Formats: sequence, structure tokens, C-alpha cells
Amino acid sequence: MAREIGDVVLKMEGISLSFGGVKALTNISFDVREHEIRSIIGPNGAGKSSMLNVINGVYHPQEGQVTFRGEVRRDMEPHKAAKQGIARTFQNIALFKGMSVLDNIMTGRNLKMTCNLFQHALHWGAARKEEIEHRRKVEEVIDFLEIQSIRKTPVGRLPYGLQKRVELGRALAAEPSLLLLDEPMAGMNVEEKQDMCRFILDVNDQFGTTIVLIEHDMGVVMDISDRVVVLDYGKKIGDGEPDEVKNNPDVISAYLGTSH
Amino acid sequence: MSDPRGQDELNTFPRLLMQHAQQRPNRPAMREKEYGIWQTYSWAEVAQNVRAIACGLAELGFKRGDRLGIIGDNRPRLYWSVAACQCLGGIPVMMYQDAVAEEMAYVLQDAEIKFVVVEDQEQVDKMLEIREQAPLLEHVIYDDPRGMRHYAETFLLGLDELQAMGTAHDKAQPDFLDGEIRKGQPDDVSVMLYTSGTTGKPKGVCQTHDAFIQSAKGGCQFDKLTESEDILSYLPMAWVGDHLFSYAQAMVSGFTINCPESGETVMTDLREIGPTYYFAPPRVFENLLTTVLIRMEDASWIKRKIFGHFMEVAKRCGAEILDGLPVSTADRFQYWLGNLLVYGPLKNVLGFSRIRVAYTAGAAIGPDLFRFYRSIGINLKQLYGQTETCAYVCLQPDGQIKLDSVGKPAPGVEVKLAENGEILVKGPMLLKAYYKRPDATAESLNEDGYFLTGDAGFFDDDGHLKIIDRAKDVGKLNSGSIFAPNYIENKLKFFQHVKEAVAFGNERDFVTAFINIDLEAVGNYVERRGLAYSGYTDLAAQPMVMQLIKECVEEINAQLAADPMMADSQIKRFLILHKELDADDGELTRTRKVRRKFVSERYAVLIDALYSGKTEQHIETEVKYEDGRQGKIAADLKIEEAKTFAPQAAKTAA
Repeated sequence: MAREIGDVVLKMEGISLSFGGVKALTNISFDVREHEIRSIIGPNGAGKSSMLNVINGVYHPQEGQVTFRGEVRRDMEPHKAAKQGIARTFQNIALFKGMSVLDNIMTGRNLKMTCNLFQHALHWGAARKEEIEHRRKVEEVIDFLEIQSIRKTPVGRLPYGLQKRVELGRALAAEPSLLLLDEPMAGMNVEEKQDMCRFILDVNDQFGTTIVLIEHDMGVVMDISDRVVVLDYGKKIGDGEPDEVKNNPDVISAYLGTSH
Repeated sequence: MSDPRGQDELNTFPRLLMQHAQQRPNRPAMREKEYGIWQTYSWAEVAQNVRAIACGLAELGFKRGDRLGIIGDNRPRLYWSVAACQCLGGIPVMMYQDAVAEEMAYVLQDAEIKFVVVEDQEQVDKMLEIREQAPLLEHVIYDDPRGMRHYAETFLLGLDELQAMGTAHDKAQPDFLDGEIRKGQPDDVSVMLYTSGTTGKPKGVCQTHDAFIQSAKGGCQFDKLTESEDILSYLPMAWVGDHLFSYAQAMVSGFTINCPESGETVMTDLREIGPTYYFAPPRVFENLLTTVLIRMEDASWIKRKIFGHFMEVAKRCGAEILDGLPVSTADRFQYWLGNLLVYGPLKNVLGFSRIRVAYTAGAAIGPDLFRFYRSIGINLKQLYGQTETCAYVCLQPDGQIKLDSVGKPAPGVEVKLAENGEILVKGPMLLKAYYKRPDATAESLNEDGYFLTGDAGFFDDDGHLKIIDRAKDVGKLNSGSIFAPNYIENKLKFFQHVKEAVAFGNERDFVTAFINIDLEAVGNYVERRGLAYSGYTDLAAQPMVMQLIKECVEEINAQLAADPMMADSQIKRFLILHKELDADDGELTRTRKVRRKFVSERYAVLIDALYSGKTEQHIETEVKYEDGRQGKIAADLKIEEAKTFAPQAAKTAA
């Protein structure tokens, strides 16, 4: 493999998050290294999505700190996270249903656009040049994800598996260095899952993007992840390489249940 | 300048290419859609790229007479590789890109291929898979480097690197390639095309530069093709038709070929390019029409009314106007109005606005289908030919179009009929030989130099050739009357609800048939009537569908009864197959023709049931899914009796 896993880029230390009396996350620490595929798994309600929301600043944990590329962060805002190169997809698809695939992916370029509203309205000079550049990037993403044939189709008309792919496309259009994927394969059939796996591995491989992934399908997770964190009821019960985690008795009982 | 060996004549493809690069350096030779934008390559650029690839190949050790395997979709660089190979006096061998690895292994072995140029990672993987079975394979060159970073195999090389190597080589020894091109002779083999293998193992058909150039020239003159034509190249490169239309004719007349972005975008690309010259098998025209009709059914009633009215007008006078026959002024006005409201927009949607000449061949086209396209003003014509004749035997002349004939012998082609009705042809377009198969060559070329097409047909009073069936498929019923299965199957396939049909009857008492329904058309039909279904097998078993198909069969029977030669061929019993016939299961060839023998062996139980009088038969069939897994489909098939008509009663029934 040409891809080499580098230093720690994201470090979560002693994260605790609660909503009123509900403790979503309790004292969780783990790190993510450059270029790796890091998965967060756990049963329903284990706090996986909360964890992702902490990383990109949607939730602010009551305790603990997040270090991203050497910078300790407090009260992070999502748009700042995006500016720092963190992009994400959502568990329930959050695309603009009435807009075409092309336009949806174009929104992923939003933060990279420098011209102001007035210039864009005139669509002349710098704004025009900028749009051409961004369109090119978007087309590269379309080519990468092999969705040329649906370029102009409104997203609402596409099957679920393709919508998921478009959402990944939008995240990729932002050229992230850290990509957060919230259950990218939920609700897909085997073939769609295979496709998605291939795309995730390709993104990681070709662009060297670091990926943090939440997923239910254990087979998929174990196959593509470099390291896995296991959460259960907001607590970390396992952390390590797939094989290590697979044989961890706590993980087995969390997933399969234990006889008491 | 004259020279004794005709070295300056334009009698090989590389010479034609270099000539275009000089005469029309800036005219577009090729377009390809990349990153959503059409990129154009001029003739000069094409020539330059071809030179680079050729020199690169030479650097790798490619020698005169070597075969170059080429596998992939219609990409400019793959067409360039064809030309590059010919520059070096090599023989390009195109393979169907969707073939499975073993099928490719057969061709690689048979043609003793040492070099292949493939499109992408998918094809590279196939080459790796069959490496053991093709020990001669030395170099695999890939066009698209995507996903190829971690392939460490030393026999892999990117086309970019090869071109860079070649460019350096061409700079250092500029005379080398010109010398190689000069060595090429018109009777050198220019290409090897494999037959589809409808009958036995595929055979490599060796065609010379001269054969393809003569055929292309004849075709271009016949239809007055110029350098300003645009053609969309989307049919497999391994197929003789694509080689004639997208390569030979483009090289001869210097027109532009356009490569679609991907297989799925062909429809969009067609609309964007608006070709002036177009080829498609009947299947494609049929799918287009089905899509249009389905969309019309969902349109508002007022649109449906307008569409219905003007389609009637077109049916009445459209084809006549196209052929330049006299038509009343009132009809002309109606047609003009229809063009404004219906035909024009419709052609625009289909991407046919600029079409001057469109051809179809490969299978019989339904009369309704054919008439439909002609009536809306598309000059759709039929041609007849095969791999062995550069797809160039008969063409329909403008203004003399008959629905059930394939036209008159093309310029320079001689056609005659053998005693058993088999069509024999002679001309410059005949194959040189089958590769390493002198036995097969001797079998198909008779002493007088005629090629035995294997098709049965006859000439009508105006000298137009009519094809009935494969000569060897034409059999006899026990009653002694002639049985032409294709003839019957084609009639069935003309219904939009029937996708495929296989008729049986040779040495039997009566005719029976297997039928494949068209999932889209029939699905739409039952949905409209509020019936839910879960897939092909379920849909095929619905009584409503059975009834629908029964009506189709009976209509055919009425038509057959009207023809004294065919009255005995009426279909007495039929069934709807539980799965679609598929090339992956070996039931169809890659060009989607039914492998009759294979099908009748595989489904022998069903044939027995058809002739034994049973009303139901259980069957289990192994199938191969697209990802290579095996599975089983089981079903209880109902066997239906269809009404037949007495020959004399036909007129009233029909």
C-alpha cells in the first residue's frame, strides 16, 4: 500500500456530553491519524452520531477537549469546522431534493467561493471565471463517483443508494482533509454497499482523505477500517484494530447480548 | 509522383489518416465528452497521437504482423490504437468489452496476442485473471489510470507513459514511422473481427485495408456522405458495423466521430450531438419508441389527442413525402403543421433533428416501427451484410424503400442465389480468410469466389433482396411445408410487449414458441391496470399477461394464415419463459441473437411439455448474476393454446 498512516490529526480527550439528565457520552478519548479510516460502531443509541456532532462542532461537550491539527478547540461552530477542512454526510439524507445533482454538489463548493453576491448575480468577470473553476472540480467529483448519467436529474427522483452517493459527492466537493460519514451504507442493498465501500476506499486512497465512519454493518466496518472505536451507552468499550475489537468480550456482549 | 508499388496512393488506413492531417488539419476528427464538456481533437492532433502510440508500441517491441488486442468502450484513444497498430503493419483485434474473462482468454489464445490496450482497471483485472491461460501476453496497456496506482505488475503500462515514450522515439527517429507506413500494402490484413459465435466457437475474420476502404467508399458514395457528417460512436468497437461506420467511413470521407461519455449517457449525448448520420440496431429504435409511447400515455389528454391526430397524418403521408411521391396539398399542410407541433419536437427529444441518413441492421425491424420513423421524416434505411463482408452487401437506395426488403446490391457487389435459396455474394469486401482456419475458409468461399452467407432469401420483382431466415434454420414441418423460425419470431418481436421469442417446429407436427416479455412495456401495462408484481418471474406468470401475449400470438396466426407458404406455421401452443434470455447464461450471443441450439437443449423439458399436451411444467434454471454469483430460478410455467385459423378463413379473421 502506498498510503501511509501518519501522525494524529484529531484527538478527543475525556469528552462528556449530556442533554439535561441524559448522558449521551461519558469520558471518551480516542484519536484519529492522518490518512486512516477510523470507524465508530455501537448499538442504537450508543452515542455514535453525537460523537460525530462533537467533532464538527454541532454539539459542545460539557467536559473534555478536542484537538484538531494541533489546535485545541472550544465552542467550535460547524461552519468553522468546514473551513478547517472537515466535511460530513448525514444519516438521513440532507440534500436539496428539487435541485439537480450538479447543483447539489456545487453547494459543496460554497465555502471556496470568494466573489460576493453582487458579482455572482452579474455573472461576469471574476465570478464567471470562478464558477468555471468550481464547475470543473464538481465534474471531477461526478466522474469519480461515476454519476455522469444523472448529472442533470433532480435529486428527489433518484433512488436512495444514488442519493447517498450524491451526498458523498457534495462532501467531496469541499475537498476535505477529514471526512465524517454518518452511516453511509444504511438501507442499501448488497450491490450498493459494495459500490459505496469501493468509493470510500478510493477516496481514502486517491486523495489521502482521513475518514471517520459510523456504520452498523459489522462486515463492512471490519473490512475497510484501519481502527475501530466501540461505544455502548455513551461509554467506550473497545478501541483498536478490527481483529482485536472483534474478539473483545465486551464488544461481543454489547452486540449479541449476554446471558445473565 | 508515381511509384511502382503505389506507395503514395491512399490505399491503407494510415495513409488516409496522414492525408487528412495534411489536408484538413483543423477540422474536428473526434469529440469526446469529458468532465461534462465536449473536447475536440482535430485531424492533426489525432495523427500526432496515433504516431505517438505507434512509436511507443514499436519501442515495446511490437512487430509487423503482430496482433494488438483492444478492449473497451468507444474511447478516442482506443480508436487511435487501432490506427497506430495499422501504422506498424500490425493487426488490431477488438474484443467485446462486456465479455467475461474466459471469452477474452479464448480470443487472446486464438489470435496469439502479445499486446493489449484496455480501457480501464476493470479490463486490467480481467487480463490479470486470465494471465495463466494466455501465456503469450506480454504487455497490457491501459487508457484510464484511475485506480491503477497499486498495481505493481511489470507488464502493465499506462497509455500516457507509452505515448510519452513514443513521442520521444518519434522525435529521435522521425523517419521510422513514415517508413513503416510506406511498407503497408492494401492487401495486408487491416483488422481481425471475431464472429459472434452464433454457430460454434468464434472465428477471427481477417479483412484487408482494401476490403474496408472499398466498402467504406461505396457506402459514402451511395449516401453522399461528406466530411461534415457527425456520427455518434456508441456500438461495440468489436462489431463490424462500428468498424465500418466509425472507423473506415470516417477515415475515407473525413467526417467527425463522437464518443459518448459513458454507456448510460448515450441518450443525452445523442441529443447534444445531433448526429447527421446514425446507425442503430432495431432494438435501439424500438426502445426509443417504447419510451416515447410510455411517456405519451402519461401525458395530458390534450397532448395525447394532438399526438394521436398528427401520428395518423404522418402514417398517411409522411413516408410518401420523404420519398418525394405526390401528396395532396391538404395533407402536405397537415404534415407541415404536424412537423411544427409534434414531429419536430419529437425528433429533437430523440436527438434526430439533423439526421440525413440513418441505418438499421442486424435483425429484422418491425414494419410499424420502421414506418413510424420514416413517417416523422427520419430517413431510416436498412442494410444487409455480415462480418465476412465488411457489413456491406445490400443497401436501400433513397426513395426506394420497401419495408420487408434489405435493398439492392451495393456498388461493386455481386449477389446471386444458390439452388436452395442461399444468398451468395462476391466483391472487393470479402474476407481474406478466417484466422488459422483454412477449413472454415474453404467451406464458406466456393470455387467461383462467392461467399456463402448462410442466409436464405429471394429477389422481388424490382430487384430488391428479401431475407427470410438462416438457410440452415429453415426446416420442414411434418406436413412438408416450410418452417422458417426467424420469420415467425421476428413477427412476434414486433409487438412492443414481446422482447424475445424462440419458435420450434422442425420435424414436428405443429409450431410452438417460447416468449420473453418486455419488462418495461408489460410492467407499465399491468401497473396501469392496478396489478402489482415483484419481478420478471412473477410478472411473466400473471394471467393478465398470459392473456395479453395470447392475443399477440393469435394476431400473428391470422397474418400467417393469409400467406399460403406460411399457413402451416401458425403457433398452436406457447409459454412465457420464467427468466429473460441472457448472454451471461449463454442463451444469447453478445450481439443478442438467440443461440437456438443451446436454448433448445437447456429447456428440453419445456419443449417436451409443449408437444406432450401438458398444461403446466415445473422448471428450475441456474442463472449467473452480474457480480458472478450463481443462483437458481424455479417456476411452474403455464402452457397456453392459441387459436389458429384455417388458411381460407384468414381474411375475415384478420
